[in-house]
Amino acid sequence: MNLTLKIWRQKDSKSKGQMVDYKVSDISEHMSFLEMMDVLNEQLVAKGEEPVAFDHDCREGICGMCSMYINGEAHGPDRGVTTCQLHMRMFKDGDTITIEPFRAAAFPVIKDLVVDRTSFDRIQQAGGYISVNTSGNTQDANAIPISKHAADEAMDAATCIGCGACVATCKNSSAMLFVGAKVSQYALLPQGQVEAADRVRNMVAQMDLEGFGNCTNTGACEIECPKGISLENIARMNRELLKASF
Amino acid sequence: MALNSKVPQGPIKDKWTNYKDHINLVNPANKRHIDVIVVGTGLAGGSASATLAELGYNVKAFAYQDSPRRAHSIAAQGGINAAKNYQGDGDSTYRLFYDTVKGGDYRSREANVYRLAEVSANIIDQCVAQGVPFARDYGGLLDNRSFGGVLVSRTFYAKGQTGQQLLLGAYSAMNRQIARGKIEMFNRHEMLDVVIVDGKARGIIARNLVTGEIERHSAHAVVIASGGYGNVYFLSTNAMGSNATAAWKIHKKGAFFANPCYTQIHPTCIPRSGDYQSKLTLMSESLRNDGRIWVPKNMDDVLAIREGKKKPTDLSEDERDYYLERRYPAFGNLVPRDVASRAAKERCDAGYGVNATGEAVYLDFASAIERYGKEQAKIQGIENPSKEKITELGEAIVEAKYGNLFQMYEKIVDENPYKTPMMIYPATHYTMGGVWVDYNLMTTVNGLYCIGEANFSDHGANRLGASALMQGLADGYFVLPYTIGDYLSHDIRTGKIPTDSKEFDEAEKSVKDRIDFFINNKGTHSVDYYHKKLGKIMWDKCGMSRNEQGLKEAMAEIKALREDFWKNVKVPGSANEMNPELEKAGRVADFLELGELFAKDALNRNESCGGHFREESVELEGEQKGEAKRNDKDYAYVAAWEYKGEPADAVLHKEELEFKDIELKQRSYK
Repeated sequence: MNLTLKIWRQKDSKSKGQMVDYKVSDISEHMSFLEMMDVLNEQLVAKGEEPVAFDHDCREGICGMCSMYINGEAHGPDRGVTTCQLHMRMFKDGDTITIEPFRAAAFPVIKDLVVDRTSFDRIQQAGGYISVNTSGNTQDANAIPISKHAADEAMDAATCIGCGACVATCKNSSAMLFVGAKVSQYALLPQGQVEAADRVRNMVAQMDLEGFGNCTNTGACEIECPKGISLENIARMNRELLKASF
Repeated sequence: MALNSKVPQGPIKDKWTNYKDHINLVNPANKRHIDVIVVGTGLAGGSASATLAELGYNVKAFAYQDSPRRAHSIAAQGGINAAKNYQGDGDSTYRLFYDTVKGGDYRSREANVYRLAEVSANIIDQCVAQGVPFARDYGGLLDNRSFGGVLVSRTFYAKGQTGQQLLLGAYSAMNRQIARGKIEMFNRHEMLDVVIVDGKARGIIARNLVTGEIERHSAHAVVIASGGYGNVYFLSTNAMGSNATAAWKIHKKGAFFANPCYTQIHPTCIPRSGDYQSKLTLMSESLRNDGRIWVPKNMDDVLAIREGKKKPTDLSEDERDYYLERRYPAFGNLVPRDVASRAAKERCDAGYGVNATGEAVYLDFASAIERYGKEQAKIQGIENPSKEKITELGEAIVEAKYGNLFQMYEKIVDENPYKTPMMIYPATHYTMGGVWVDYNLMTTVNGLYCIGEANFSDHGANRLGASALMQGLADGYFVLPYTIGDYLSHDIRTGKIPTDSKEFDEAEKSVKDRIDFFINNKGTHSVDYYHKKLGKIMWDKCGMSRNEQGLKEAMAEIKALREDFWKNVKVPGSANEMNPELEKAGRVADFLELGELFAKDALNRNESCGGHFREESVELEGEQKGEAKRNDKDYAYVAAWEYKGEPADAVLHKEELEFKDIELKQRSYK
């Protein structure tokens, strides 16, 4: 198929960016979206132009590095996938595709489609851990039974890949799905409950400091999340925060 | 130079304990004055960084990704082994040790493997304490699954995302230390050289991938945890950015490179669909617990399927060749990876491949869905369940176990694997070879350590499933923190290492010169053009089966390709900005050297062992006819190569392998 691409180009964090049009042809429907971008970049290199910079690494939907806003949707039109798992069979011959970076005040653009998401790291550093040393001299792994339901729910929350689609898609640029998922994972496990109150307070404070917005329950984040992280996690985080304030 | 593995004396069971009792320690006040650089933040590098920082050292950690959480350990699916024996099925430290040595086809160092098995149980305790949500049974205790090449269930897992959960655990431990200021994290940085002062590793040269700035970082010791070199094949299950640059740079500065030809071609990956393919996706080995691998028995059916006239589900049981069950009745679909991959290649080479390229076999879940469905019907008290009900119940169980993998498959291939068998084919997945290290995980350069997949030590010629995660975390959490302390105890009075020495000047200059060359060389071909060509040579001539003629050709072709690269490569943009093409150029330049050494090593090893299959070395008769033939008399050694300029001139050093606790015998999975 033949496509027109409208892509955000921005030299660096200080320069002004703009949308630029490109044409690509002979795109197979079996290609992944990023393989289509590879075709474009090879084309640009051959012409002596600078290729489009974009973040990507594992290309199997788990590292969370890829981050494109495609036709107005984080990770594009498919559901339950990251950009790297999106396939060209979702598009038609002759389509015009608009490709932008994930946009949020807390995700400044570094170059083209590459954004800085270290604000997520700083939220984790504020308390997204259990304070045990890695000596190996902890108790036996089976010493505390954990109900299968709690373990499964913790796992569901823990599958968050930290890509930031929730932020990019939210009209308030809220990171509450991301933070809620991490708070929930630990809150659901006995090991995490010891310092649960401090954790939720510190992580939420850091989230606010980074400039993420608040949640107004539109639920867009849950729909766009490639890992299906549930809104329930935001509710749980709010309950934990309320609990922590007494 | 004679290689000294520094394996402690005494019985194998006591080596590690005695070692720890007698090494030098650094007191907490002195640790504050010692800096350690860790390159790579996957399971090995991340866990090492966290632990060293907890102990009190000042750690500088480097990752080319935008966050340590994105290292490619995150993509590991199936699980992590540990000799917990929670299932009471006869597991023990010795058995895990034995399985690993046997699985590695008797080409690993016994003492290292025993230590790995010994600390494996701690890993699970540690991870649970950190909040890693491993799968559990209804009683609240940890669940296990079984992996290839073993007869017990010792694999702990978190759905099909075990690597992700373990890495997030290590990342959380790192975050705690970053917050305390004990780890200084350098995201989007790539190490481009190591700096050696007076024979000791004292720092690195790194490029800031956002600004292009070249930086000097000093430390009292340097740890390389940069993963494997599978991307030398261009197509592999590795991440796009996975590279061998850190490992290759230290090789060029004196670290020996061991067994580069030991590569794991994983049997269950999604087949290639076209020339535009940029990477291959793994389908976890855990699927072989429940999936049965087959191709049609009759060529007519193969052709009909390829032409779309028949569907795989149309074929009856006796029209199918479950070739692993046929050839290896004892282990069936759970033979080790190298054996399963070669068997798939054998069938496809014989013409039985089931897709258009002829390079695919089926992985079928129909039997498992039926079995689980009947079981569930019984549990739920449903009498005379219909076929549809059984299927529905069975699919729910399969979804709970492997749901995310099935979803991944469906998104890529656009077929529903609950209803029709998956198509799979082998792909490069892991490299057992790597930087040579002694028992302390130190390379042949003082103060330069190498851990995780980047080193060579534990998996011999073939790695068993769920053992990579185990090794990465064992090295980082429990081994290196001891061994490096013994070395650093001599550095308590050294003081800060200056970065204005001539050694730093020289290393920085060579890095800058190379970058300038790439930017100024207005060539004709893109970096990917060369990478794809290299990949094709590697796959065709250094892939699942190798022979003398092909390997000689590979060496010559790679050399010629490398020469062409250095004349005609084209890198757009400038050095002082984010420039992904420039990053790739440096990595491919290193692969173009490593690939040749790989072929040289494969040529030298005229035996078949593990993932290394030489067509000249097969069993000619008896029950094992056609199987790989190892040659212990001539090749029971580690081939450690010393850099001498051109890869072809590398000098071989042998570390003879001694087997005192395990009897050397032919691997049989029949």
